[in-house]
Amino acid sequence: MTEAAIAVVGLRKSFGKTAALRGLDLTVPAGTVCGLLGPNGAGKTTAVRVLATLAAPDAGSARVNGFDVVRQAAQVRRSIGLAGQHAAVEEGITGRDNLRLIGRYHGLGSRGARSRADDLLERFDLAEVADRLVRTYSGGLRRRLDLVASLVTAPPVLFLDEPTTGLDPRSRQEIWDAVRELAEGGTTVLLTTQYLDEADRLADAVAVLDHGTVIEHGTPGRLKAAIGIRIEVTVAQAAQLDTAVRVLADLAAGVPVADPAERRVEVTSGAGRTIALPQLVRELDAAGVSAQDVALRTPSLDDVFLALTAAPGRAAR
Amino acid sequence: MTTTATTAAAPAATTPGRRAGPVSDTLTSALRVLLAYRRSPGLVLASLAVPVAMVLVFGYVFGSAMTVPGSGNYREFLMPGLFVMVAVNGLMPTMVGAARDVGRGLTDRMRSMPVSRSALLLGQALADLLVGVVVLVPLTLVGLAVGWRIRDGLGPALGAYGLLVLFRSVMTWVGTYLGLAAGKEEMAAQLSVLTFPLAMVTNAFVPTGGMPGWLRTVAEWNPISAVVAACRRLFDNPGAVGEAWPVQHPVTATLLWSGLLLAVFVPLAVRKFASHGR
Repeated sequence: MTEAAIAVVGLRKSFGKTAALRGLDLTVPAGTVCGLLGPNGAGKTTAVRVLATLAAPDAGSARVNGFDVVRQAAQVRRSIGLAGQHAAVEEGITGRDNLRLIGRYHGLGSRGARSRADDLLERFDLAEVADRLVRTYSGGLRRRLDLVASLVTAPPVLFLDEPTTGLDPRSRQEIWDAVRELAEGGTTVLLTTQYLDEADRLADAVAVLDHGTVIEHGTPGRLKAAIGIRIEVTVAQAAQLDTAVRVLADLAAGVPVADPAERRVEVTSGAGRTIALPQLVRELDAAGVSAQDVALRTPSLDDVFLALTAAPGRAAR
Repeated sequence: MTTTATTAAAPAATTPGRRAGPVSDTLTSALRVLLAYRRSPGLVLASLAVPVAMVLVFGYVFGSAMTVPGSGNYREFLMPGLFVMVAVNGLMPTMVGAARDVGRGLTDRMRSMPVSRSALLLGQALADLLVGVVVLVPLTLVGLAVGWRIRDGLGPALGAYGLLVLFRSVMTWVGTYLGLAAGKEEMAAQLSVLTFPLAMVTNAFVPTGGMPGWLRTVAEWNPISAVVAACRRLFDNPGAVGEAWPVQHPVTATLLWSGLLLAVFVPLAVRKFASHGR
């Protein structure tokens, strides 16, 4: 396989005066799960819409499953499944009928569509509710049906736009299991999410989007390593806060952030730096800071996200 | 075929899924609407109850205070108007439904599939049309029960039914476009209230002769009036015709209005559907 399942180069898209994508580059190797992270308005949904042929790019190129999203839109549509932020299923009919209709649209024929629907309902644990009207489904059930609806053709590439937003933990877990199972079967998945633990659990690689470009890209592990260790110091008296900030600024590569209300200072150590707890306590002590609490943590993807998106003017990679 | 139907997923090198072809897409799309009707008998009952209620309200409540110029029975004057009103009311569910599909992402999902855009809309329009035809049956029976008659034979009557079905499909396309343009269910629901004055400023419920001059002109050039006048002529029901050209030549006017509206709204709806959010 020489070509990536998703290859995006210099993609630009504006709506009126608002630029949603400003030169997006992204490569997703076939058979992997890529998590697209970013704050609201970073361009995640626009990226998915362009890749799913729903929106036309202003500039740049995007290929999905080897097909150009503009010139070969029909082939792209035959290669993809899309589950969006909404549960895009028909409410007034049953779950089974929803899947059968989609099968018919995809040229499986009446019988083919029926047996495919039966297979999927069985496999994703929806057989019991299959003959109920979708209107009576819970939010989680609806979202699961929506996900299954995007799988009717067994598409090689699957786009999931915030698949678990607004779901309870159990329903999220069920969606995650389903996505993992698909990925193991070789489906390429592009997943947008605001939940970093979701990307952490599912994604082989993560791309962090901000203002329409990818500002960081890599495995979750590499991104976490890039910001080093996270240090939190709570001081006994508010007057010592400034001194603590100075001590931490000397020790760590990151810029310490003080929270006077909590009498706490936080900082990330920076890539490759290790800071030992005894050394930290000694330095604080030497500066006359009596620490009430000192903690060293492995950063979460949340920390990565905040560190990356908080820094203004950081150049796009 | 079996590979598409059974394998869980396939890497990038596989042949993409097939497309069904426009005829099949149209039928599937119609099936979608009809399935929704089949699953909610309440919807069918409601669409039957409205015309019956209208016969009672207008025919007996308003009709008790109405005299038709000439010597007609008001309910016989009213029935062609109600036939057309039912066709016009088809606009609202179509409009709200189209807006709901946009709002809930169904339109996006459809557009991400290898399906012909015009086939999708055509299928929905056909299903709407079928429902429109079915509703004519109970409405006819209710009309006959309250004293309305087909007085000029079967041929012209079939012509009248033909025009009603045609106008219903005009309303479907107008509604589809407006719904897609509105994009939100609430917005479409608000807009659909506007169809009420549009439907009232016509010859459907009262003869236009008593209206102030300017309003009378508006009412007589309203496309709905042309259809009502055409039905009255073809069923040979009583009622003063009016002065403007469309109500003087109602059958021709109905065909012209319908052709014009379809020529405008079918391409508009298809374009809106294909380009939504681009």
